[in-house]
Amino acid sequence: MSVTIQEEEQNKTRPQTKAEEVETVTIRFAGDSGDGMQVTGTQFTSTSAIIGNDISTLPDFPAEIRAPAGSLPGVSGYQLNFSSRDIRTPGDEPDVLVAMNPAALKVNIKDLGPGGILLLNTDEFNDNNLKKAGYPSNPLQDGSLSGFRLFQLPITSLTLKALEASSLPFKQQERCKNFYALGLMYWLYDRPMEPTLKWIEEKFGAKPEVAEANLMALKAGFNYADTTEIFTTHYHVGKAEIRPGKYRNITGNEATAIGFITASQLAGRPLFYGSYPITPASDVLHELSKHKNFGVKTFQAEDEIAAIGAAIGAAFAGHIGLTGTSGPGIALKSEAIGLAVMTELPLVVIDVQRGGPSTGLPTKTEQADLLQAMFGRNSECPVGIVAPATPADCFRMAIEAVRLATHYMVPVFFLSDGYLGNGSEPWELPEIESLPQMKVELRTETEGFLPYLRDERTLARPWAVPGTPGLEHRIGGLEKQNITGNVSYDPENHDLMVRLRAEKVQRMQQDIPELEIFGKSSGKVLVLGWGSTFGSITTAVEQLQEKGESVSSAHLRHLNPFPRNLGDVLKGFETVIIPELNLGQLALLVRARFLVDAVSYTKVKGKPFKVAELVGKIKEYL
Amino acid sequence: MSENGKLTDGTNGQTAVKLTRKDFQTDQEVRWCPGCGDYSILAQVQKVMPELGIAKEKIVFISGIGCSSRFPYYMNTYGFHTIHGRAPAFATGVKLANPDLQVWVITGDGDALSIGGNHFMHALRRNVDLKIILFNNRIYGLTKGQYSPTSELGKKNKSAPMGTIDYPINPLSLAFAAEATFVGRSMDVDPKHLSMMIERLAKHKGSGFLEVYQNCNIFNDGAFKNFSEREVKEERMLALEHGKPLIFGKNKDRGIHLNGATPEVINIGENGKRVDEILVHNENAPEPNLSYILGRMQYPEFPVPMGVFRAVEKPTYEHMLAGQISTAIATKGAGNLEKLLNSGETWTIN
Repeated sequence: MSVTIQEEEQNKTRPQTKAEEVETVTIRFAGDSGDGMQVTGTQFTSTSAIIGNDISTLPDFPAEIRAPAGSLPGVSGYQLNFSSRDIRTPGDEPDVLVAMNPAALKVNIKDLGPGGILLLNTDEFNDNNLKKAGYPSNPLQDGSLSGFRLFQLPITSLTLKALEASSLPFKQQERCKNFYALGLMYWLYDRPMEPTLKWIEEKFGAKPEVAEANLMALKAGFNYADTTEIFTTHYHVGKAEIRPGKYRNITGNEATAIGFITASQLAGRPLFYGSYPITPASDVLHELSKHKNFGVKTFQAEDEIAAIGAAIGAAFAGHIGLTGTSGPGIALKSEAIGLAVMTELPLVVIDVQRGGPSTGLPTKTEQADLLQAMFGRNSECPVGIVAPATPADCFRMAIEAVRLATHYMVPVFFLSDGYLGNGSEPWELPEIESLPQMKVELRTETEGFLPYLRDERTLARPWAVPGTPGLEHRIGGLEKQNITGNVSYDPENHDLMVRLRAEKVQRMQQDIPELEIFGKSSGKVLVLGWGSTFGSITTAVEQLQEKGESVSSAHLRHLNPFPRNLGDVLKGFETVIIPELNLGQLALLVRARFLVDAVSYTKVKGKPFKVAELVGKIKEYL
Repeated sequence: MSENGKLTDGTNGQTAVKLTRKDFQTDQEVRWCPGCGDYSILAQVQKVMPELGIAKEKIVFISGIGCSSRFPYYMNTYGFHTIHGRAPAFATGVKLANPDLQVWVITGDGDALSIGGNHFMHALRRNVDLKIILFNNRIYGLTKGQYSPTSELGKKNKSAPMGTIDYPINPLSLAFAAEATFVGRSMDVDPKHLSMMIERLAKHKGSGFLEVYQNCNIFNDGAFKNFSEREVKEERMLALEHGKPLIFGKNKDRGIHLNGATPEVINIGENGKRVDEILVHNENAPEPNLSYILGRMQYPEFPVPMGVFRAVEKPTYEHMLAGQISTAIATKGAGNLEKLLNSGETWTIN
């Protein structure tokens, strides 16, 4: 579905009063997990993208599906940053907080900046809810919110009033209040309602009464703000200078799924996805299972081990073997990854990292599985590792993971995380022709076939799959004699094979791009990052560069092997700062590999870095 | 078999040159202990293979870890020696990727029932067309003599010098609970019966499970001899035959009668017991209840049943998966990248 909005149409719903221009706004919608805050957030996001803002989002939801209503653990939030300039993060702290109940206020108020706009649904501020949120006194009355621009509205009652004509049961009418709140925000930030009206009609088309009620609630919220002038002013965020092209908003997990389907098409091999449900990776399974018309086979296995086992079996049989999970699942898959290394089969392992160890913080983000991916198996067991930098980048790196895995016949890790997986941004749709040429040829020639005879350049062994006449052979986890692939306990051969497996991964360097530097190639500080910290790091470095500071950044998308010029890049700077959402895992690798006294800057709060935090840290070394 | 001596390939209709047992042997030295029951099973599998008329390249043997799991190295087909207990998972991936392949799983009692219990159960209940042969020797051989999940209670061994206090599991009970569509049992010392059972398993469409009592002459020698030795086996074992009454004994004068839900051995003619009181075996019964009762019969209370307990048809997993893919293609059209990338809400910046 493509949405284009005519200027006149936009003007129809535009408030007549002139709006004040602002460059960037960060809004956080927060409410009970059943309040529909994710829908509200995604609708605001889509509309903002469609009218030409740059956007970046961060959903933040609880691990509990429906924690008791009104409780602190049940608070669900959605933060989005929209701007008339190029942005890369969902914003450090919100300028606007919409809190649908006391618990949502309690959980989120500490993040709202001084003078920030605070919109509260007063209907929910009753004794019972205040108690559930742990408020000793009513914050609406005790003056504790005096530092904010407070707007108190009985959103629930206003919604019900607007729906007086609706035939829906009371409970369902009440559930429309998120659209009422969205309407208020649309007026406040000068957004057109059309995209959401259209979305509601499509989404609830089968239930006209529900669609009608939501439409009415949205319009009522918008009109209330327009006519009552409760917000003394309203704001306009202009179009960002975005590269011309066709865009869609996409989450990291969607981009991951679409990326792997694309990779399988480019490789000319069918995709097999073995997975076991786990937060925050399950959406990859959901998305892939929708695309069976691409021949994608999704297999929801009995456990993590079976999921990877089936993926390796499918790889043996000539499919792109893919498995996906989060950190605890990787722990279970480790032995099987070792088998894929030993049998030199192309396999991609998606790890959408989350807070740990153990069950940890299932819905929160972290980057602490890097060393697990790198070393988390018995013996010398090297694998390739790639990491996307942004939600949309998941698409590109999924293709890269498959390209490397099939080209080198080696398992490759795809290290995403909860922030990337659930976060979204506009994605400029690529031209199919611009995607890598990476057609894979299976071995069919019987003459001279040996299961472990290697390609001279890549050291890859042939991919000879069951069903191919004359190439019958056996593989397995016991050490293999090089070339023949027969079981071998020979010490010299084992030494050779351990080194060959390492060399094979290292040789990927010849096929991965050099590391690019954002800024000058020498100076005082280099900020080196990987994974989802890209947005915050780049924004922080850009801010400092604009002030003339001697700082550059570089972002690793290949973590094993590193790009071949990494050592040279590091040498150009007096200080290397490595910010990570762990206790310094990349820093450990970089220090060990390059003997560079890198500064490790770490945070493990289940949340991404704020730009201000990074700016503060970098300044210490300027 | 067609008239010109060529076999019709059962999976895709291609013809293949008539193969022999030798074609299925590899150049690898077989490394089981001399006298191991595994040799007999290997020999019977290699004997049955050419009879199936399937091209070698379409056959895959997949194993886990343990003595039995060395099996694929000795079969000149495709083979994959995987990790402990997980062979059914790897085999599922192979079969789903290419349903034209005939996929065998070779496993042992520790591999399938202890570390791999979960995969064993799920492979069976999904009805993936896998041919699972479990070599049950009631002991851990490769790790040198610890008790296994099928070791009898009280068995003394290396890790239980005072006798095991683990109640054993009955592999057949598990297979019935998982509603495997084919369940059989045979024995290493009866090559004729064994080859017949392997052939039945091979020809079954769906998840098939064959338990083979297999002697470990090093760590558990004679585990099955008290009912399988020549002099006693007719009295102590029961051959299951579809549609026939469950009669056994040298003189065919004993049988299994069902008293309510409890089986009992009756002597025909004794106290007026008649042949028509004897349970008639029906391997195609939709419900596995009676098979379950038979599967639980143990020596010395009962004769040990051998043969096919259950053989029913139902759609396989891979068939249903292929069906969903065809439906998706029929309704949405074959996958188109341009369409995929452009799905969802898009907008254009000029």
